[in-house]
Amino acid sequence: MKIFQSTEAVIAAVLILVMLAIGFINPAFWGVDNLFSLAKSNVVIGIMALGVLLVMIAGGIDVSFPAIAAAALYITVRTMVAIGYDGVVLPFIGACVLGILLGAFNAFIIERFKMIPLIVTLGTASIIRGLVLGLLGTSIVNINKMPKELIAFGKVDLVSVTAANGATVGLTAMVLVYLGVAVVMHLILRHTMIGRSIYAYGGDAESARRAGVNIRKTIFFVYCTAGLLAGFAGLLQASMIWQANPRDFVGWELDVIAAVVLGGASIFGGRGSVLGTMLGVFTLVMIKNSLILMKVDTTWQRVVVGAIIIIATAITAWRDRKKLA
Amino acid sequence: MSEYLIELKNISKRFGGVRALDGVSLAIRPGEIHCLAGENGSGKSTIIKVMSGIYTPDEGEIWIDGAPVGSYDPIRAVHSGVQVIYQDFSLFGNLTVAENLAINSFLLEDRKRMDWARARQMAKDVLARLGVKIDIDAEVESLPASGKQLVAIARALLAEARLIIMDEPTTALTGKEVDALFGIVRDLKAQGIATLFVSHKMREMLEISERLTVFRNGRKVAEGPMSEFDEPAIIRAMTGLELEETPYRPDIDMTAVPALEVEGLSVSGLVNNVSLTVRPGEIVGITGPIGSGRTELARALFGMETAAARKFRIFGKDAFPRSVQEAIELGIAYVPEDRLTEGLFLSQSIERNMVVSILDWLRKGLFLDRKAMRSRTEEMFGAMQIAAPSPETPVGFLSGGNAQRVMLGRWLLTGAKILILNGPTVGVDIGSKAKIHQIIRGLAEKEGLAVLMISDDVPELTGNCNRVHVMHEGRMVATFSGDDMTDDNINDSLKALR
Repeated sequence: MKIFQSTEAVIAAVLILVMLAIGFINPAFWGVDNLFSLAKSNVVIGIMALGVLLVMIAGGIDVSFPAIAAAALYITVRTMVAIGYDGVVLPFIGACVLGILLGAFNAFIIERFKMIPLIVTLGTASIIRGLVLGLLGTSIVNINKMPKELIAFGKVDLVSVTAANGATVGLTAMVLVYLGVAVVMHLILRHTMIGRSIYAYGGDAESARRAGVNIRKTIFFVYCTAGLLAGFAGLLQASMIWQANPRDFVGWELDVIAAVVLGGASIFGGRGSVLGTMLGVFTLVMIKNSLILMKVDTTWQRVVVGAIIIIATAITAWRDRKKLA
Repeated sequence: MSEYLIELKNISKRFGGVRALDGVSLAIRPGEIHCLAGENGSGKSTIIKVMSGIYTPDEGEIWIDGAPVGSYDPIRAVHSGVQVIYQDFSLFGNLTVAENLAINSFLLEDRKRMDWARARQMAKDVLARLGVKIDIDAEVESLPASGKQLVAIARALLAEARLIIMDEPTTALTGKEVDALFGIVRDLKAQGIATLFVSHKMREMLEISERLTVFRNGRKVAEGPMSEFDEPAIIRAMTGLELEETPYRPDIDMTAVPALEVEGLSVSGLVNNVSLTVRPGEIVGITGPIGSGRTELARALFGMETAAARKFRIFGKDAFPRSVQEAIELGIAYVPEDRLTEGLFLSQSIERNMVVSILDWLRKGLFLDRKAMRSRTEEMFGAMQIAAPSPETPVGFLSGGNAQRVMLGRWLLTGAKILILNGPTVGVDIGSKAKIHQIIRGLAEKEGLAVLMISDDVPELTGNCNRVHVMHEGRMVATFSGDDMTDDNINDSLKALR
């Protein structure tokens, strides 16, 4: 049965099992309000994960995207506040450009000096965080100072229904943004030569060079796209939670990488898909949220995320090794 | 139309002070099956890289279709129809067959979009032209070595190859697969495509090649139609030496307690019910295609695989090593196939590489007894005849043969009584090979070591072993000894395997 061999099918099966288990323990899981909030929680982390997916398919790793996201978010909002600008499109373009530039810096160092991506992005993450806090300060821009249109954008709902407790709950329109990004990423990875070059490079860098893959272009594309998505997701977070915190996203690298690995991407590069990643993100977010729902102490969430990383990596590594044998 | 497709005329290439190629010429006719033979360091790989445009020669000319070419680079080489299939095939294991076949030309055409329909059509067409059936939607990783090689050949065809250079193409193949490969090469010949085999497997090359060129130390030392050569003549040309190895036929005390006696050894799915006896002074050979379980058997004997056996006796005592540590304590030593990855620390000195397995014994309080360490190493350094200035030399600077002797020395220092050698002379020059054989025989004959020798190289086994077992799919399928133990008999047995 070919369908059961596909990684996505396995993750989907795991996802459904976990869902049923959680729903059994706490039927409140199936409440519309919970499901909508779950969907909402997927958006920002999901967009970041799609960037990290690209990096991991290329055989690299990026731990600087939370720093890039925080920098793009904070610099953009502070600039808007400083010059009194309000709007949606321009700020998002600005955040994306910032993300691309920071990603390009990663790519430059990795490509030019042939350095290990983990070390480079650890370093750039620290530099970016330090620069933002040092140059712009540490004060949080709260809802009363946040640009109104940006918040209004984040508040748009797709549908709203009346939940069991009588409150009105809405499904944020941002899930459409997430789906849009996912479709674009899928098309790039699957149906463009740059996308296939990323798989080729991640599968075997030396063969890729011999085959005529433009290695430099591929590395820049991968890290710039990861930066772009981080910057975009950063500002989206600000518009959805109505505040701009320069210390946002601390510790997200672990969650996002866990989700991507859970989604079937190989830590050795060359493998991974958009659908798998989205399922991985959904599973991780659902487990974390449900721990809250089940009143498990938040400190235990770290244990769960760590365990998921190790188990998912072990399974994919075992899968890849079996294929190699 | 010129007589020659490509001619290299008086090519020289220097790297620093080393002359890798010294005025060599090589000419290949359209549709010709040509063999280039030579030992490691003879300039074989340098000439491949000159022909594929990666290296620019310091002197000499390259002619294509009877006319000199000014600048020759990888792109020019591809346009001239020269394609190289490296030993690792340069394929993408994570991509499908169709994509592997199409990606090069898509990249060359600088396409933006991945046209899956066209990729699959291209793959179907070219595989049909080769007359082979391969699932174009399978991931290349899932194919056996022979399948990967076919994909690599198909890719060369798609690049409109007129000359396909194959670097050691038969290493990973079974006898049947080699025959299939030769069939395809003959078909390519019928289509006017030339093949240059770069190989050291003379027997196979004698069967297929029409012309032969031999390199030694960066010079061409022989050239001509294959019919003018036989195996000894080629080896003479390659080594410049008269190497006549006399077979190892020692008197073995067949009543002596076997050093190693194993019955019904199995490793789940890999080794199936294998029995084996090695007496002191005996050299027992094991051969079989890659994946036959021979390496897993060796690893199981050395405590590296989870195995089960009805009987496992060392010098008559029941003992079953469950870990490498236990195996060493029982007097077993294992020199792995891929010593570079499994065994040696390349940046470290010969001395450190040798003593690493006996560090515990060299301890004096908290520290190492440097004096004892030095004297043990120097002794072994001499015994193994390692060609290096001193035991301080990093192993990375040594040739394959010398590196292999460092590995041997390491295990002999442990006082091993049972020596398991996996591919003892893979990647080793013929000259150095004879020296390694001498050392191994000496160890068996004079020191009474029991040796298990696993090898692809049938003459190596018949020349050095008392007995040769053939393995296939985890089982021992044939055993040869005495007068039956000839190269032909063993080769026939290998070819008969699926």
